[in-house]
Amino acid sequence: MFWETILLAQREIRRNVLRSSLTILGIVIGVAAVITMVTLGGGVTAQVTSDIAKLGSNLLQVRPGQGFRGPGGTRSSAPNFKIADAEAIAKEISGIQAVAPNASRGTQAIYGNENWRTSITGSTNDFLRTRDWQIEYGREFTGSEMRSGQSVCILGATVKKELFGAQNPLDTSIRLQKLSCQVVGVLESKGQSSFGTDQDDFILIPIRTFHRRIAGNTDVTTIFVSARDGVSTEKVQRDIEDLMRQRRNIAQAREDDFNVRDMKEIMSTLTGTTRVLTGLLGAVAAVSLLVGGIGIMNIMLVSVTERTREIGIRLAIGAREKEVLMQFLVEAVVLSCFGGFVGIVLGLGTAALACSALNVPFVWNPGIVAVAFLFSGAVGIVFGYFPAQKAARLDPIEALRHE
Amino acid sequence: MKTQHPDPTNSCLIRLAGVTKVYGTGSAAMHALRGVDMDIHQGEFVAVMGPSGSGKSTCMNIIGCLDTPTEGKFLFEGINVGDLSRDQRALLRRHYLGFVFQGFNLLNRTSAMENVELPLVYRGMAPEKRKALCLEALKAVGLEGWQSHTPGELSGGQQQRVAIARAIVTHPKVLLADEPTGNLDSARSREVMELLTTFNRERGITIIMVTHEPDMAAYANRRIQFIDGIISNGCSDGDKP
Repeated sequence: MFWETILLAQREIRRNVLRSSLTILGIVIGVAAVITMVTLGGGVTAQVTSDIAKLGSNLLQVRPGQGFRGPGGTRSSAPNFKIADAEAIAKEISGIQAVAPNASRGTQAIYGNENWRTSITGSTNDFLRTRDWQIEYGREFTGSEMRSGQSVCILGATVKKELFGAQNPLDTSIRLQKLSCQVVGVLESKGQSSFGTDQDDFILIPIRTFHRRIAGNTDVTTIFVSARDGVSTEKVQRDIEDLMRQRRNIAQAREDDFNVRDMKEIMSTLTGTTRVLTGLLGAVAAVSLLVGGIGIMNIMLVSVTERTREIGIRLAIGAREKEVLMQFLVEAVVLSCFGGFVGIVLGLGTAALACSALNVPFVWNPGIVAVAFLFSGAVGIVFGYFPAQKAARLDPIEALRHE
Repeated sequence: MKTQHPDPTNSCLIRLAGVTKVYGTGSAAMHALRGVDMDIHQGEFVAVMGPSGSGKSTCMNIIGCLDTPTEGKFLFEGINVGDLSRDQRALLRRHYLGFVFQGFNLLNRTSAMENVELPLVYRGMAPEKRKALCLEALKAVGLEGWQSHTPGELSGGQQQRVAIARAIVTHPKVLLADEPTGNLDSARSREVMELLTTFNRERGITIIMVTHEPDMAAYANRRIQFIDGIISNGCSDGDKP
């Protein structure tokens, strides 16, 4: 009898193809939206994870303050590092490949009539090593340039393009605030980061030059440390923490006024963010699924009114209330499940297209597909029940007289 | 008198005793039936006549277990239908009654076969057995080979014959026909009446038919005349003029 009811339902659905397709449209769009959003979110998460892995899992960042996840304000109250701190790390901690003290500031760069808003980073050649930058042409800083703080700079690809276009920038001078600075090299382009910022938009100068001519102080805001291959970053991290506590005279009971983080931590923060975003988008899509359910209820109610006479005939012939109820309920569920199925196919297709357009890996989640399908079935039950009950409770005499 | 009355020891198939039906309450109350007594025996062919508003449709609805009396008793094979629930009455219809309506009341865009099959589906019968019974019923009404046609592709007379096939496919005890020839011309009407007469004689199906036309009523063995919610004749059997 149950199988019979399903057959009957699909016969009834096929009898009015246009209306059936319009009925399920809401569900199709809702499910497709959920699937697309979640799949795309999954792809972006995978992308960010692999990007950060490429940055180097052996990279550590040492910053003053308690980290950006701590309560606001602590960071500014903590004193900045000095170049000596970076030198101490390089000298006293084993298993380290490169240490780069780092400070930066936004500025206007001027060459001839061209003018570009960018940022200046003061650091050493080790900056290129820790962050895995390659020189496209030109050279790195020389030892004496770094020691004596001469006015030389290496340009990021974006800055080079904006100021020089196709010209060769080597051995020309650009103006950074009051400083006239000779270009000695240009970096290879890294493109956009997963954070959405342009990684190539900066100018690198020796940190001593930065301190004397740009900042007017000797602060270091970040120290990049890269561990040697095969050395545990956890151990290096602990060693740096101990060394810094000692150098900054932090009493035993007090907390660190700096933080050392490796890329794994940054990665988990980031993937957490994408997950929240995916969740929010998914929730918005779920609302459209709800609207789709109301659409089904609407059409089922119209259908019950339209088929009043048929219901009358069935009741007269001997259908019980629950049999009529089942008939309409199954019809609603079959409709919404079919809509869910179409929506899943459509959603996965859209996600695949979007993933290839955004250059993000296509990672589909079978769990979400199953949930979307079950949810669309549930929508059919919930929103089909009221119309089905209305049909089942009709008075056969009235129903036969209808029209 | 060509009636084959059932064995007199047999109790009545259908008995109405002091049945009243009131719609609405208070001053707006409408008395559709004002005390109807009626006995119908197994195998009878009864014509119910009367002007519109005389209560004959209400009476048919009660006999068809679609409605219950306000007062009085309606016994179907000794069961007091007034005591039954809505679903129990549905089961009574499913197993003992067949309906033929003036407007045919077939499912649109549904083949003759599927229409005839419908009551068997509700009986939970297996598809192969259903198919055999349906073909037999369609053959009995002279529509062999028309099983895949939908009502839209059939003439009025053919549609009514499909409806009759649907009513008799379950071998009901009683067939209730509400003006079965009301929408048909006289030739088609005669065909339908002859079919009903055949089923009455050969299968012993009790037929209760509402009609306005004396020509059609003439096919019955007994006539019951309604006026103003009561029966004006025919409490006794076989008083056909």
